[in-house]
Amino acid sequence: MTGSPHVHVGNTSVAAVMAKVMAALIPGTIAHAWFFGPGIWVSLLLCGLFALVLEALLLRLRGLPLKPFLGDGSVLLTAWLLALSLPTLAPWWLYLIGTLFAVVVAKHLYGGLGQNLFNPAMVGYAALIIGFPAYMTLWPGPIGAVDHSLTLWEAFDLVFAGQGAVSHDAVTAATALDTWRTQTRLGTPVDDILTRPMFGWIGARGHEIVAAMYLLGGLLLLSARVITWHIPVAFLAGIVLTSGALHLIDPAAHADPLFHLFSGAAMLGAFFIATDPVTAASTPRGKLIYAGLAGFLVVVIRTWGAYPDGVAFAVLLMNACVPFIDDYTHPRVFGHKRASKP
Amino acid sequence: MSRRLFPFHGGVHPEPHKRESNTTPIRAMPLLPRYVVPMRQHIGEPARPTVHVGDHVLRGQIIGEAQGYVSTAVHAPTSGRVVALEPRPAAHPSGLYDLAVVIEADGDDRAVAFQPLDWRNMDASALRNRVRDLGVAGLGGAVFPSYVKLNPGAQRIHTLIVNGAECEPWITCDDRLMRERAGETLRGIAIMRHCLAAERVLIGIEDNKPEAIAAMRAALAALDADDARGVEIVAVPSIYPAGGGKQLTYLLTGLETPSGGRSTDLGIQVFNVGTAYALWRAVELGEPLISRVVTVTGHVAAPGNFEARLGTPLVDLIAAAGGELPGATGQIVGGPMMGFDLMDDAAPVTKAVNCVIVKNATLFPPRAPDLPCIRCDACARACPVVLQPFDLYWYSRAKDFGRAQSYHLFDCIECGCCSYVCPSHIPLVDYFRYAKSEIWQREREKLAADQARQRHEFKTFRLEREKREKAEKFAKAAEKTKAAAGAPVDADAERKQALLKAAMERAQKAKEAVQPKNVDNLPPAVQREIDEIEARRAAARDAAEHPADAGADK
Ligand code: SF4
Ligand code: SF4
Repeated sequence: MTGSPHVHVGNTSVAAVMAKVMAALIPGTIAHAWFFGPGIWVSLLLCGLFALVLEALLLRLRGLPLKPFLGDGSVLLTAWLLALSLPTLAPWWLYLIGTLFAVVVAKHLYGGLGQNLFNPAMVGYAALIIGFPAYMTLWPGPIGAVDHSLTLWEAFDLVFAGQGAVSHDAVTAATALDTWRTQTRLGTPVDDILTRPMFGWIGARGHEIVAAMYLLGGLLLLSARVITWHIPVAFLAGIVLTSGALHLIDPAAHADPLFHLFSGAAMLGAFFIATDPVTAASTPRGKLIYAGLAGFLVVVIRTWGAYPDGVAFAVLLMNACVPFIDDYTHPRVFGHKRASKP
Repeated sequence: MSRRLFPFHGGVHPEPHKRESNTTPIRAMPLLPRYVVPMRQHIGEPARPTVHVGDHVLRGQIIGEAQGYVSTAVHAPTSGRVVALEPRPAAHPSGLYDLAVVIEADGDDRAVAFQPLDWRNMDASALRNRVRDLGVAGLGGAVFPSYVKLNPGAQRIHTLIVNGAECEPWITCDDRLMRERAGETLRGIAIMRHCLAAERVLIGIEDNKPEAIAAMRAALAALDADDARGVEIVAVPSIYPAGGGKQLTYLLTGLETPSGGRSTDLGIQVFNVGTAYALWRAVELGEPLISRVVTVTGHVAAPGNFEARLGTPLVDLIAAAGGELPGATGQIVGGPMMGFDLMDDAAPVTKAVNCVIVKNATLFPPRAPDLPCIRCDACARACPVVLQPFDLYWYSRAKDFGRAQSYHLFDCIECGCCSYVCPSHIPLVDYFRYAKSEIWQREREKLAADQARQRHEFKTFRLEREKREKAEKFAKAAEKTKAAAGAPVDADAERKQALLKAAMERAQKAKEAVQPKNVDNLPPAVQREIDEIEARRAAARDAAEHPADAGADK
């Protein structure tokens, strides 16, 4: 039975929403390939393929129809976000394991589309960084900072054979976030750190441009009303306020807010990861609390944690709080004096 | 002229589709051979038939009288003979039949003598009683008997809001009415204002009806200075549901009608423009409500508006608009956002029917299969009541009705904005109707069980009392034989009285306790609605239990 309304806005569907988000990822992905070589195409392809196959398998196992669920695009988006978060020159099985955790564990074991508590891409990332920390450093260095710029075939070679005409050492480099953390802990002067090749104008070399492209994509999503301003603004504000305070206290130990915004996955996190509707808070006030705290945690983990970036764990931690946050931030319903308490 | 407006939260902009039907003047319908006049055309108690099969009636003669307070009269649409008095298909979402008087027209269309009323000098209550007997009810779709709403009672009404927003797509009957009968409508408004003693009148019209706004402003300029004082015609932004009573009230005044309350709690009364026109006819011409303007549009040859007598079978109304074109896929009564599918086109026009839309597969494509909710909150952003529809959906689906209720399920006005924008194409409103009907059903069962328990308790109490009284009588008789008669009778009676009182109080308390939270202030329509919903329940439960993603979490 279907009653009113008899009409639908028509131009929206889950697939359309996912497609818009993926379209907004294109500028950042191209910038990524420009600065870090064609490795991203290989990892993107692998994650996408693995994700589609695993999703189809899981749908089959659960007795669900393939067409509507494969067609909704959500698993491709997950794969894309995962590929963008992983180093691009890791062995192929790393992408398989990451996708496995994202699609099978984080998504389907929780009940599939719309039911998952944790962001699937970030679960995949977190599993890898805990299980295979050594491989998670295989980031190609930005052009200009490494001796050799890779061709697509060399990238394939590295991913599938592990060794090829070029060695990993020739093309990978420590990231700016890593360098900053290890060097400040060693007591290297800030001026010295910042002249190293992995640092750019304001953030990490190469990464800062990629981040700017994510920002651009995010603004497109905002203008297309796919996301609201609450989460990105609160997330970035959380980063800026926390890192700004630390920087004011001790500039020798703590990078300035701009560096935090334009290195690592801050922008990707603000517009594409923390905003994942399924796992984010959904009330207006809830979004501010959820994303603000996530931004705060990003800086805390980057500063005192043992991991190269804090976005994944910050988002996952806040995902776990979402049901609670949502329950306590219900907006005031029209005609009521106060907001409802659960 | 530029009054400060207070935009409400959310709302949507569906395709207006007004041009199809608003470019031609209101057309009269030819006299039909047969009219089917339901006794239930308003909210509240249906009218009680006052004619019998075989009676001859005149146009405007009462054939059903108001029964109870929230009720109003029903009249013969033409002169002729009553040929049947029986349940007939009615224009209702449930497809239930309603008791109707079937009149075979004699072709003369002779009327009773109409008596214009001297409303300015009449006693207010006498005027209202006449309005009740003239059958005027809200023509915006709610069909609340107007005479009840014209009684300010203990409340002081400072503002009369007249709803000419007509925010539902496709419907244009109020638009045409305001363009063509602006003066009469304004004079009807003057009568309303007189009854309520309201200082100001705000007439809200969506700005997608510039002709109607212009016509009303011109008519206002021509109105008696006395009647025009404090009357303002306000163009409001075209956003659905600006024509919802509470939304329009907020839009114009910034005042929120309390949850479960009425606008009169704020000193505001809201009427529809069509009702104002009907009131003018009833009071100034003495003519009862026997026809109304109905939009016929969509997949028909000649869409437009019709002055249709109440009782006109919808199939004849559609025929008057040139008939359905090939490829028609059904009809909607009302608008596409809140209307319902017509089950049987033999159902007649009633005071509640403002529009009939003939569907085809292009204008009204079948709903896409639904996917799971992705919590995108598009629905929450669209909800004019600031609900979180995805939460209500979650709890309704999980049959956690208590939580749904505590998240204000009963504040949902079923406007459909949430379903309209949902990217997962979830029929959210269906779930909400289902949850509401389940809750009503449970409350009803609880009430019935409580009443049964009370009856049982009282019976036990009565039996015990009788036993005790018998025993006491014996004892007394025995005492009497022993000694002279004392006077314990009084004390005894008092004790009994106290016991009885305690039992009554207990019963009363139990009754109050079953009054459900959040459903206590429901309008008298509820009983009717429960009946309708009963009929839909089974189907709704079906839909809820077998969504496209069935098994997604099982
Ligand atoms: S619009 Fe639909 S998918 Fe989005 S949150 Fe609401 S119910 Fe869920
Ligand atoms: S139907 Fe109910 S929940 Fe949906 S938008 Fe309207 S008021 Fe809100």
